[in-house]
Parts: sequence; structure tokens; C-alpha cells
Amino acid sequence: MDRTERRDHAERAAPTLAVFKLASCDGCQLTLLDCEDELLALTGTVRVAHFLEASSAVRPGPYDLALVEGSITTPADAERIRAIRASARHLVTIGACATAGGIQALRDFADVDEFRRTVYARPDYIETLATSTPVSAHVDVDFELRGCPIDRRQLLEVLTAFLAGRKPDVPNHSVCFACKRRGTVCVTVARGTPCLGPVTHAGCGAICPAYGRGCYGCFGPAGTVNLSALIPVLHRDGLDDRDTERLLRTFNAAAFAPYDKEVRP
Amino acid sequence: MTHRGSRVLHVGSLSRVEGEGALHLSVSGTAVTSARLQIYEPPRFFEAFLRGRAHTEPPDITARVCGICPVAYQLSACAAIEDACDVEVPDPIRELRRLLYCGEWIESQTLHIYLLHAPDFLGRDGAIDLARTHRADVERGLRLKQAGNAILELLGGRAIHPVNVRVGGFHRAPTRAELQPLAEQLRRAMDDALATVHWAAGFEFPDAHCPYDLLALSEPGRYAIDTGTPTVLTEQSDAVRQFALTDFTDEVVEEQVPHSTALHATLRGRRHLTGSLARFAINRRSLSPIALQAATEAGLSGECRNPFRSILVRAVEVVYAVDEALRVIAAYEPPARPFVEVPPRAGVGHGATEAPRGLLYHRYALAADGTVTDARLVPPTAQNQGAIEEDLRRIAETALAGRATAGVGGAADTGTVDDAALTLLCERAIRNHDPCISCSTHFLDLTVDRAPLP
Repeated sequence: MDRTERRDHAERAAPTLAVFKLASCDGCQLTLLDCEDELLALTGTVRVAHFLEASSAVRPGPYDLALVEGSITTPADAERIRAIRASARHLVTIGACATAGGIQALRDFADVDEFRRTVYARPDYIETLATSTPVSAHVDVDFELRGCPIDRRQLLEVLTAFLAGRKPDVPNHSVCFACKRRGTVCVTVARGTPCLGPVTHAGCGAICPAYGRGCYGCFGPAGTVNLSALIPVLHRDGLDDRDTERLLRTFNAAAFAPYDKEVRP
Repeated sequence: MTHRGSRVLHVGSLSRVEGEGALHLSVSGTAVTSARLQIYEPPRFFEAFLRGRAHTEPPDITARVCGICPVAYQLSACAAIEDACDVEVPDPIRELRRLLYCGEWIESQTLHIYLLHAPDFLGRDGAIDLARTHRADVERGLRLKQAGNAILELLGGRAIHPVNVRVGGFHRAPTRAELQPLAEQLRRAMDDALATVHWAAGFEFPDAHCPYDLLALSEPGRYAIDTGTPTVLTEQSDAVRQFALTDFTDEVVEEQVPHSTALHATLRGRRHLTGSLARFAINRRSLSPIALQAATEAGLSGECRNPFRSILVRAVEVVYAVDEALRVIAAYEPPARPFVEVPPRAGVGHGATEAPRGLLYHRYALAADGTVTDARLVPPTAQNQGAIEEDLRRIAETALAGRATAGVGGAADTGTVDDAALTLLCERAIRNHDPCISCSTHFLDLTVDRAPLP
């Protein structure tokens, strides 16, 4: 084989990667392009077969690994995700939209017709579901990577793990653990700043407390969530019921809701 | 001339754009009867769910409109809310905001240049494919993009949806010492930015001309990024007019048009364009000397109305943003406090900044306790959509009539244009403008007319 043939052969043998997008801001798939130091090495290892934001070359499935960003908010996307699932050996959802319905799941707590009328002059033109649901509510998902947006290091860990056929090493502990590891003084203890760190999934690197603000829960619930212990602390630190509800109902509204219901039936 | 009669071209999923869109072109002989850029990004209802939130929340929430330009949303939101609450932010904080915004310009414009746009000029599917033949160029682009992200990460905490921005300023201001490594990285980035202008200047550009009004912010003495007054340069380029930000929605009118289900904004009925070409036409005299020199060397001596050349203008803007970031860092004195208090009051506030893709306007109405009672976001893509469609129509008609000049590829150069070449050309016309379709704050969901190909 000459050099070109060898390269072509290696490419055919390389695992294929596909990236799909549903209702979302593009930020999580952008995280892949933000891997500036690793991007070319990664694309030397996998064959990017479908990634509309990055390439006009679109190859048909089946794909070895499909990353899906975004939530299901239209009947068409509910159909589309089944086709994506059928084309993918492994399906990994990336980001708060795909794993928890995202910020657009705020419609789940509201009257979607009222939303339509608020935003559009011709609400009757809008085809949308009354809910914004995670991909896992529609099809089987092999792994869910949290975050609004996802973290670049965690994304690389997940990609590496799937390429190596092992389980991704993405711990399920809370932001509090990450703060301790980073050596950040606790903003709640030291300054009485309301913080969702104790109930939020780690992965961001505990950025907010390091920048002097409380965690606002953009990675969704951690493995163990004890809201009934946290809510009195939030109240002590100056949040009323309405503030607390808004804090919990933002980027992962649908994911925190079941825990909140336990506390406030 | 084409040998075929009526036909319909449809590209179901546009690639190398941000978000999801489709293109629909109806052709009869050499005439384009309809050119539609269709946005099928599902609506996400931001304006609806901002109602009832506290006045401190829109910067974090509206960042989620777009992962590509979250800072633009954060800073337009801050400006509007501070306006509603009648709070002026002191200069040191304004300068830090400008530095953060420079980071987004560098990152986002470089992403467009290298990953989305340049592959069109070099006949490649994308940057990954481009790296096979132009590895050093792609590596330079990634390095430059990384420098922009480094600003966002240091000042904002992370590159996508930064956490450090708040109404009134920042949660935490950096020390002078923390900014020094950034200055070193930016000095290296300046070499890459200048090389980018030189590289793009060597591309072959099809002839095209966009005869629209141009809209950008402008302010005295410097290139407008984070603040300024809406300024219109009319189609004839001989008249400039300004209007107050409070009149924005009277001047920039969004409406539904019969042939499309997406909202189109016009300047009271006149088609307009916002973004790099508009900014450069209106503000180029305010560029720093090094950016102005780069522009002149790249052949951009006056205003540029060829959308294919927008890649060059973006490259010049990256040079400016690197230079401006270095200036802010060199002059930086940490503010006494990283933010000023913004006590709520009842009122309406307006804010606009220059997102990489163009002017982004926010308006909020607040109740006395700061609760948002109404929100309006006008993103650049809603404003540019009409101009993009007009570009599509003109560029397609030129190609169909066999008048296309060198550089468009396909059979266009020989006087006949097949559907594949025409489709490619139209996709290029769209990517010239870098439509960020994710900012679907109020794009409508679409029924795609799937007319069969003849």
C-alpha cells in the first residue's frame, strides 16, 4: 500500500463519530470544537461522519458513537431521535438540554399556548410540544453527560472511554467536593451566599464559588440530593420561596423538580 | 443559459452554520422566483419565560440563547437592565467588559473564518478535511481561537456561558498579575491574526455586491463593540443617520412576510444588513493603526460590499480585537469593587451591543421590585435574513445567466450551472453572513415545502 492507500484504509477502519442537534444553543457541540489542543489528534483517531456544524461531508450511518445535543420539543424531533438511535451503536447525550430538557423545559411548568402568544404574532404557525423532554424519555441512552454547557475535560474523557470500550470516569458527587478539591473557601459558610453546590452534580470545576458567587445548578442534580436540608439554609441566607423556586427552575428545571416536590408537596 | 425550465432546489440541512436551517430556491429559466432561507430551529420561548424573573437573571438566562456568542447576550442584557434602573457603570468595569467581549470576538470570528468559511474557498468539506492539506493554517486558526477562549476563561470563568458577568459588572475582577500571562498569549496571537488577514487575502473572491442599508453601532474615537449609537449607512453610501436606542423597535421593524414563516426585520421596510460588513463600512476610520494597516494591505481601502470578502473583514476585526484586548490589559487598574449595585425600579431599559454577527438589541420592562414584566430580543440573524435571501436570489440569478465569474466553481464558469454547483454557491452565499440560527428567540417553526426535484 502506498501512503494514500494506507491512510484511506486506516480511515475506513477508524470508529465513526456523528454529532446531532435538537433544541439547544449549539454550545455543547461547540465544546468539541473548543478542544483546540486535542481536535486534530481526535479527528486522526475517529472518522467524523456527520457533524453539520463542522463539515459539509455527511456520511450515512450506522455510526459507532453518536453525540446528541438538545431536547425534544417538536413532534418532528421526537421522530428524528428514533432514527438517530437506530443509526447509532452507542448514543451519548451531551448537555442539560439533552439530559434534562434544558432551559426550554420551563414550558413544562407553564401554559405553552401562553408562551406562543407572548412571543409570536401568529401563534397558530408554531408547531411545538407542550413539554421539553430529555432524549432518554424517548429512546435508550448509553451515557448522559451533564452541564449547561458540558465541560471540555469531561467530554474528552467520555470520548476516550467509548473509543477504548470502557466506562467513562465521570463522578456523581456534588460541586461541594470539587470546591474542597480546588481549595475554594465555602461561599455559604464564609459569606452567607446562597449556593446550590451541595445538590449540584460536579463537572464544571466548581467555577462559580471560585468567582465569588453561589452555584446556580447548571449541571443538574448530583447523585444524592437533600433539598429538605438545603432549602432552610437558602432561606436563612435571604432567599424567599419564590427566589428558591426560580433558582431551582432554570437550566435544569425538570431535573430538580422531582426533588423540590418532595420538599414542597 | 440553463437548458432546463422550472425547478426547485432544496438543501434540507445547511452545514457549517450555527444552528439548523434549510434553503429553498425556486427557479424558472434564469429567473429566481423565490429564495428562502428557512429556519427550522425549534422555538425556545426565551421572551416568554424571562417574564417573572428577577432583574438580576437575564444575563445568565439569555446567554443560553446562543452558545457561540453568550457574551453578546449577557452584555446587551446588562446594558438594558442598567438603563432601566438608571445606573451608570464606571469606566474600569466598562473596560473589563470590553476585554471580555474582545475574547468573544476573537474566538467567534476565528471559528467562522477557519472552521466554517475558509473551507469554501479551498474546496474542502470542513476544517478537519482542510487540515489534511493545510495543517499549519488550521493549527494557526485553532491557536488564535484558543487565545480568545483564554480571555473568556480567565475573565468569565469558562468560554461558553461565562459565569462571572452580572448586572452592574463582574462577580470578581482579576488582578493585574492574573492578566499578564494573557498579554503574552495575545502578543503571539497578534502574529496569527495578521497572518490570517494575509492568508485570506490570497483567496479567490467571486464578484458580488450587496445593495442594502447597513446598520451598526458607532461611538466617537473607537470601533464600537460593547456600546454605541445605532447608525445607518444608506444604500447609496452617501448619507449616514443615527437614531436613539429607545426608538429601536420603531426603526427596526420585525414582521411576517407572506412567503416565509420566519420573522424578518427591516429598517422601516428597507432591507438592511448588520455585522462585520456594516461595522467596517461605518466605523473603519476608528480602527487602531495596526488593524487599519492590515485592512489596507488586504485591499480593503474603503467600504466592502462584497459578502464573499466578509472573511477578510472578520480577519481585520480579529486583529483589532487582539490589539484592543492588549490595550485594555496594559491600562488595567482593578476597580475598587468589581460591580456597582443596581437597585431595582419600575421602568423600561434598552441595550445594544455588537455581537460578532451584528447588532443585538434587548429591551426589558421591570416592575418596582425588579421583576421582568416584558422582554424583547432582536438578534442579528433576524435582521440579516432578508439581506441573505436577497443575496441568494442575486447570486443564483447571476450564475444562472452564466455571468458568474471565476471562483464560484462547478459549471458556472462555463455558462451553464447544474443544480449541484448552484446549491454549493447558495450555501456559500449563506455562510458568507455566518447566520447564527441558534438565536431562535422568535423564529417561527416551519413547514418545509418539499417540492420534488424535477
